Amino acid sequence: MRMADAPTPLWEVFIRSRNGLAHKHVGSVHAADATMALQAARDVYTRRGEGLSIWVVPSNAITASDPADRDTLFEPTGSKIYRHPTFYEVPDEVGNM
Amino acid sequence: MYSQALNTPTTLADTSEAATGFQARIDAEDRIEPNDWMPDAYRRTLVRQISQHAHSEIVGMLPEGNWITRAPSLRRKAALLAKVQDEGGHGLYLYAAAETLGVSREELVEQLLTGRAKYSSIFNYPTLTWADIGAIGWLVDGAAIMNQIPLCRCSFGPYARAMIRICREESFHQRQGYEIMLTLARGTPEQKAMAQDALDRWWWPCLMMFGPPDTQSQHSDASMHWKIKRFTNDALRQKFVDATVPQGHYLGLTFPDPELRFDEASGHWAFGEIDWAEFRRVLAGDGPCNRERLAARRRAHEDGAWVREAALAYAAKQHAAPPRAEAA
Repeated sequence: MRMADAPTPLWEVFIRSRNGLAHKHVGSVHAADATMALQAARDVYTRRGEGLSIWVVPSNAITASDPADRDTLFEPTGSKIYRHPTFYEVPDEVGNM
Repeated sequence: MYSQALNTPTTLADTSEAATGFQARIDAEDRIEPNDWMPDAYRRTLVRQISQHAHSEIVGMLPEGNWITRAPSLRRKAALLAKVQDEGGHGLYLYAAAETLGVSREELVEQLLTGRAKYSSIFNYPTLTWADIGAIGWLVDGAAIMNQIPLCRCSFGPYARAMIRICREESFHQRQGYEIMLTLARGTPEQKAMAQDALDRWWWPCLMMFGPPDTQSQHSDASMHWKIKRFTNDALRQKFVDATVPQGHYLGLTFPDPELRFDEASGHWAFGEIDWAEFRRVLAGDGPCNRERLAARRRAHEDGAWVREAALAYAAKQHAAPPRAEAA
């Protein structure tokens, strides 16, 4: 019976597509260290000039919110419609604002 | 590139509050994400389907890789190399999607190498001539795209996102294959005969890629219910035949099916009986290349073992090295 290999660490990959845009999560790669993770991310996620810059972050360094907490986390903004511009009335004669 | 309908039956009997809520989200076209609650059977079905899909991409590199060094021109060689690299990339996107469900990459690779996991039956056929590279791009990728476009709307977020990326990259694959077929079909009589021979050999195995007929497969029920699948095997197969037959006629080639005819009433191309005994045989491990494919994967994995070990050892050493500044 063969034994499975030792696990290789997981990294999350973020790519900035064009100058001015933020890095966006595109997927993940396995690599032994950060240098190899960057190289793997380059090969796997930018074969067609998708990026100008890559970040790789150890997956276990990310702290995520729990989907089960969604309601309590985000509910408070639901009632604050005055945070949106359309809440305020401006006469048409004033033009674009 | 290549998914195949290999679903196994699952039960939908769970009537707990969590399960009802889950189904309500599916019915509302909500996307399920890795940390959300999901029925065990949904998780198992996805791990199996996504990993089979990933294995198919990886094994699918072998029949085409066979022709990289013998491509007839630098243009064809560069395109084929890029295509095979894409298949490798697609395998990696899909393994990553499967891993979000709690299975490790090492485990998945192990399942492939020990023969416990399945992959698409199509890759157990040999690539005998250069025309096979044309036929694979045109037909095998064409069938795969037909299968994969609806998977972009799959209820499981990571799988759907991987499929969107894959479909976007894949349209070049089919076009480069068709261009090879067109060049051969317009070439010398020998070249045209080579294209015809490739179509003759790949046509039926491509129709099998969509999986068993709906009448024999109660398996898709759960997958349809969970919106992992959107169309039945037969519906997708018919779409593929309808799209592909006119393309073949444009090439001036004939299909190896005496019963193939356009049915005016339904507006579809009717085709003959598929040899399901062959499909089951190839899937069970007795196709022309099953042993060769697995042996090639095992060899590649074993030959790469020292690289993986060295990389991990180097990373551990870097991590353990004391900061130099403190030496004084």
